[in-house]
Amino acid sequence: MAVQDSSTTGRGSATGTGVSLVDLRRTYGTLNALDGFSLDIAPGEMVVLLGPSGCGKTTALRILAGLDRADAGEVRVGGEDITRVPANKRDMGMVFQAYSLFPHMTVRDNVAFGLRLRGQDRGRRLARSREVLDLVGLSAFEDRYAHQLSGGQQQRVALARALAVEPSVLLLDEPLSALDAKVRVQLRDEIRRVQLDVGTTTLFVTHDQEEALAVADRVGVMNAGRLEQLAPPTELYARPASRFVAEFVGLSNRVRTEVSGGKAALLGAHVPLLDGSVQDGAGHALVRPEAVQVDEGGTPNARVVAVAFLGPFSRVQARLDDGQLVTAQTSSSLAARLVQDAPVRLEVDTEAVLVVGD
Amino acid sequence: MSRVAGARSVGWEAFRLLALLSFAVFFAVPLLSMLDFSTRVVGGNGRTGQAWKNLIADETIRSSIVTSLLLALFTVVLMLVLLTPTMIWVRLRVPSASRLVEFLCLLPLTVPPLVIVVGISNVYAWVTYFLGDSALTLTFAYVVLVLPYAYRALDAALASIDVVTLSEAARSLGAGWSTVIARVVLPNIWAGVTSAAFISVALVLGEYTFASLLNFTTLPTVLALLGKSDAPTSVAGSLAALVLGAVLLLLLSFVGRRDRSSKGA
Repeated sequence: MAVQDSSTTGRGSATGTGVSLVDLRRTYGTLNALDGFSLDIAPGEMVVLLGPSGCGKTTALRILAGLDRADAGEVRVGGEDITRVPANKRDMGMVFQAYSLFPHMTVRDNVAFGLRLRGQDRGRRLARSREVLDLVGLSAFEDRYAHQLSGGQQQRVALARALAVEPSVLLLDEPLSALDAKVRVQLRDEIRRVQLDVGTTTLFVTHDQEEALAVADRVGVMNAGRLEQLAPPTELYARPASRFVAEFVGLSNRVRTEVSGGKAALLGAHVPLLDGSVQDGAGHALVRPEAVQVDEGGTPNARVVAVAFLGPFSRVQARLDDGQLVTAQTSSSLAARLVQDAPVRLEVDTEAVLVVGD
Repeated sequence: MSRVAGARSVGWEAFRLLALLSFAVFFAVPLLSMLDFSTRVVGGNGRTGQAWKNLIADETIRSSIVTSLLLALFTVVLMLVLLTPTMIWVRLRVPSASRLVEFLCLLPLTVPPLVIVVGISNVYAWVTYFLGDSALTLTFAYVVLVLPYAYRALDAALASIDVVTLSEAARSLGAGWSTVIARVVLPNIWAGVTSAAFISVALVLGEYTFASLLNFTTLPTVLALLGKSDAPTSVAGSLAALVLGAVLLLLLSFVGRRDRSSKGA
């Protein structure tokens, strides 16, 4: 597993509490949900766990929340071992994938619920409720019930409710997955703004790579119960540590290549290798579409198969002379001039690529 | 367009009113007929309150009304205390046991009451030995009797909410299990709890087979006897039991609603 320390990200504040998950293991029957999973989150940092369904990301979050138990391993918050502390004593705020507002309570009562359990008097409860509802822009809705709110509003209230108790750790379990695309982007940005405002250490779980890359200080890519790579979004995208990460995060072409002398021969260029690459002989280079240039001039080495218009940019699929299909990302103005079967020249950036074996 | 919609709306309103009136007549006519019969002078003209006076004056009838109401109350309380936490717990912690609990709760439906009575008569010898021969000991048998209906009402209510997510949300905010059940789950299944209580009261107030065959005196057994000698008093007793049961349930529903609405921030 490749891990980059959070101190190099420069985004986390130091107002929250540090979290350590140490060698967690969890099995359900014959399924290994977590297989020696470890993760350190710096105070005030937002780490996003990203991975396909069943990779163990939600299990890790639920074990941190105390809603599930680990078969082995340790959970530490602020240096204290809380592995055996029940969920209601862990001082964490959580937003769930499913709408979780208490239907019989108003927005205000939902937000004040945790404060009431902590024995705060009515005046302080009301003041704090208004404060956090202001933070999520819903103070005008405090007398409404859950059924009178949209899905996005319900999740914002759930966020306010989780933050009202000033938790040491904020846990977000795919909070946006039930929302439509536009609301999802709005709320995603709002969650990040609020998290930076309050500086709470946050663990966010999602299977949406765009969401993960947009909000995280560091993204942890999970596969089969293990952390494949933990790094800042730009690092993760540009320097994937494994084939799984390269293929799961963003689109990747698999282009046949020959490696020699620490470089890969690729579409006429010699490209340096990322760590973990095949060091000699034949392999496949994993190349991002935006690292492939399409040139209408020059000696053609491919023919256009299809063009997909995606607004500000387009994706061009072309077949190389040796029969391989390669996808390139280019400006829509250039793509508009390309017709099917047009001869083009494909070239790659000389940034390092990951070469995997056959 | 809006005129068509308006006409449709008026038609729908008229249909609803008609349906409501039909149901009101369907339920009210037998009750009013009972009131009419119980206040008629037998074999003559005019009205009399003698049958209703008998309900209070006759010690047997009066005590049987009290017994049946207490039986209804105890049955509802014991059923709710046993069934509600069990069903919530099964949904939250052992969902794999839900089929077994459903099977056990529905079992009394599959066995005729007569067979159940024969089966439990030996058990009741022990109940009588330990707890005395009060008719209130019928509570245990009645809890078994109402289980299938109460289970269905509570199950439907629990299925209408996401119990697991709501309780996990409450737990993450610091609530212990008792708080989760009392402040989060129960208020959201209150309609189901009330329905379970309603149907249990109705069953207990009308139950004859168990009481009669186990030789206990309850309102239905007294009314059955009385019906052979003093029909107006018997009908007055039936009507009184219905009204008292309805009042009891309205009180239960009202208390629950007021309790839930008074808990603000």
